[in-house]
Amino acid sequence: MSAPADLEGIAATALDAALSGGAAEAEAFVEDSTGIEIRVYDGEVESLAESAARGVGVRAWLDGRTGYAYGTDLSTDGLEQIAADAVEAAKIGDPDEHAGPPQLDGVAPATISGIHDPSLAEWDTQRKVELTQAVERACRDDDARVAAIEQTVYADESEQVAIASSGGFSGAYASTDCYAFLQAIAGENGDRETGLGFGVARAPGGLDPEAIGAEAAERATSLLGATKPKSRNCPVVLEETVAASFMGFIGGVLCADAVQRGRSPFANRLGDAIAAPALTLADDGTDPEGPASAPFDGEGTPRSRTPLIEGGALRTYLHDAYTARRGGERTTGNAARAGYRSAPSVSPSNLVISPGDAGLDDLLRDAEGGIYVTDVAGLHSGVNPVSGTFSVGASGRAISGGALGAPHTEFTIASDLATMLTAVQAAARETRWVPFGGSVKSAALLIGEMAVGGA
Amino acid sequence: MTVMAAEADAPLVEPELADRVLAAALSHGGDLAELYCEQRFGLSLSIDESRLERPQQGRERGAGVRVISGETSYFAHVDGLAEPDLIRAAEAAAAALQGERTEPQPVPSAAHPELQRIEIPPEGVAAERKAEILRAADERARAGGAAIAQVMASYAETRRRVAVVNSDGRHATDDRTRTRLGVQVVAQRDGVVETGFETLGGHAGFELVERDGLAIAAEASQKGLTMLDADPAPAGTMPVVVGGGFGGVLFHEMTGHGLEFDAVQKGASVYAEKLGEQVAEPIVTAYDDGLLAGEWGTNAIDDEGTPSRKTMVIEEGRLTSYLYDLLRARQDGAESTGNGRRESFRHLPIPRMTNTYIAPGEPEPEQIIAEIDKGFYAKSFAGGQVDPATGDFVFGVSEGYLIESGKVTRPCRGATLIGNCLDALRQIDAVANDFDMKTGFCGKDGQRVPVGTGQGHVRIRELTVGGTAVG
Repeated sequence: MSAPADLEGIAATALDAALSGGAAEAEAFVEDSTGIEIRVYDGEVESLAESAARGVGVRAWLDGRTGYAYGTDLSTDGLEQIAADAVEAAKIGDPDEHAGPPQLDGVAPATISGIHDPSLAEWDTQRKVELTQAVERACRDDDARVAAIEQTVYADESEQVAIASSGGFSGAYASTDCYAFLQAIAGENGDRETGLGFGVARAPGGLDPEAIGAEAAERATSLLGATKPKSRNCPVVLEETVAASFMGFIGGVLCADAVQRGRSPFANRLGDAIAAPALTLADDGTDPEGPASAPFDGEGTPRSRTPLIEGGALRTYLHDAYTARRGGERTTGNAARAGYRSAPSVSPSNLVISPGDAGLDDLLRDAEGGIYVTDVAGLHSGVNPVSGTFSVGASGRAISGGALGAPHTEFTIASDLATMLTAVQAAARETRWVPFGGSVKSAALLIGEMAVGGA
Repeated sequence: MTVMAAEADAPLVEPELADRVLAAALSHGGDLAELYCEQRFGLSLSIDESRLERPQQGRERGAGVRVISGETSYFAHVDGLAEPDLIRAAEAAAAALQGERTEPQPVPSAAHPELQRIEIPPEGVAAERKAEILRAADERARAGGAAIAQVMASYAETRRRVAVVNSDGRHATDDRTRTRLGVQVVAQRDGVVETGFETLGGHAGFELVERDGLAIAAEASQKGLTMLDADPAPAGTMPVVVGGGFGGVLFHEMTGHGLEFDAVQKGASVYAEKLGEQVAEPIVTAYDDGLLAGEWGTNAIDDEGTPSRKTMVIEEGRLTSYLYDLLRARQDGAESTGNGRRESFRHLPIPRMTNTYIAPGEPEPEQIIAEIDKGFYAKSFAGGQVDPATGDFVFGVSEGYLIESGKVTRPCRGATLIGNCLDALRQIDAVANDFDMKTGFCGKDGQRVPVGTGQGHVRIRELTVGGTAVG
């Protein structure tokens, strides 16, 4: 875990510029990343894109007002301009007594290893191309009904981050990430279905091309011949990728920002049983396998593990420095950055569903007559995170005789987040890291009843 | 925000420098090299809990270099527009090629197509005025009554100057100012919580916000209040009337994405090999139009320097055109339709819609509703999604009502429309005359671009409504 001193130096220069430019408190965030994205189609490279991005974002506080500015000119003049922009922006807003950086004097970042994999640097472009081609080939070879593969994508990023804050913090870290995915199109008797396969890792050696390719083929072919299910209320098993998407929304409405501003269906519920006892959910920014893990959050606060729902009871909300001060709580280290182009805000890091004792087979047996939902669509428009109501497009398989039966597509599943949580009857034993709904270590969930809208 | 005049108006790249960059990009061969330069200024500000917060401004300069060789695109981008930056990007893009040097055509002086008229450049408006607009929007939304529990409004302006040069002798520039205001309310009564959202945006200046800003605050407020009285939405198959304006997102998802030629080319669109076929009733005529004055998806040129144009995609029900960028047009022996767009200099251009809409029909909206005995009225959407390969789509309804005996009656919450593109397009049996355009952001391949969607009220004979009221 190391980063060049110059990144911390840039952060310190920007911080000093903001403080000497009139800010009472300030914080500078510097990001430097390089990466590649490879797209393969029909065995050939369709595009190969190299990226190299460096930018800085400065937050300035002045009389309780907060301003943010960002830019890509990292010369001393450029940093002074960005710092001046941040101070100028701070003059526009209204004061807020809770605004300011976290106080971090004497606070050590979380100890975490494994988020930077040096083996990424050993992979040249040609080897990455071959890996991408292998993913595509594995999909095609898995099933003769795979008619086309729209595109197979591999991407990686090597990133360094530094933060300097007048709250008494200066630090930096380096991390690596890579992923591969593809969308297979299967065809048979005039029907066409698609399926996604994906994998995430710290370096390409952690990706299994065979498994990723086969997953896409199997998802697509398993839906061939699908019909609309009958509209009804029935048990539903959410496959782990689908469970992850829903848990992402749950994590969002458990952020203190939404709660304090009256935009969460779970406001004023600390300590209450908001879910069935089968559900335990945590936020963990320190799991070395978690894509969002880091020694500190977007404000410099150490990342940590925070229990959200334990045995069905709501334990805590997620906080950054602002919401913690406002709520009279401690920050949980959940200030997230989407990059230097936006100010940090409260967000889950990695969500972790605690696995249950039962296997997926047991969940299916207990969901007789229901539907195993393998994919959902339209989440961004189909879930209202304020009221918690949702209705989303879905596809999956009928559950019949304790096993997976006929495929179904073109239906909706609808409920609301609060009702869904109380209807969780079991979490499966098998878990998987899923990059949907943020980043979730997910497990399949059995939901006692949901409304299915179909034929 | 203060922008130094010289910085704001100087050319992003001189032809002589562009010559050197393109030569470096083609140093290991290639059929076409392109340099895309961009300078961005942005400012945003919001109000929440009646407190002005999150003031933010940013400035970025950067470039992307693309080399096309055969069927492969090589791309690299870099922050900064100084010569060493641009040469570095060109060399990075060329690094994976192994051929003989090819010679670019000399870069001519820039073509400056006609720009959108910006009456009040937002960067010249004092921050206090932007703050006042937000405070007024907050107040107007709260005037909806005690049930309005929360109001959030956000204002954003961007100015993007772009210059595109390529080795075929193209050199064009654009200067794009966009202004946007969004208002969301949380309405609450007797334990029921609902939201209302409305946006206003255009390739336009601050005049847009001055003129219509408060009206959308009132509309957002009204939406939230209406939904408080909503019943659970029905689940099942029934006739559906889709509202005008943002209702056009249905056509955007259902048809527009399937016409983007990258999907068509790979057989990953249900519209592949359907050119010239009757895909809808003769009452349906539709366009992609990058020239519509002041609209959100409008630009003078696309992000490959092709002048924007109006493309008829469906003429009286017959499929007449796909949407092309330069690369896909070349591969198909066609001409670019000016749909090569990218989120920023950090992205490769791909075929994208601009402003897409169904042209207005004859009947009044009331008339097409009056003919339905029992159905669903999807007045406004939160958004939608389509899988172009299968044609399966889904839309979240943000404001929906029952239609009973030819009249719009009770509001419904939690509805989703779901169906298949080709079926649903064929099922459109009426298009009303109340045409309107709205703004949206469209995501594809990880790139987000501003698009316009529009239509009058549209009726679909039969569609699946996914709600919670089963049976």
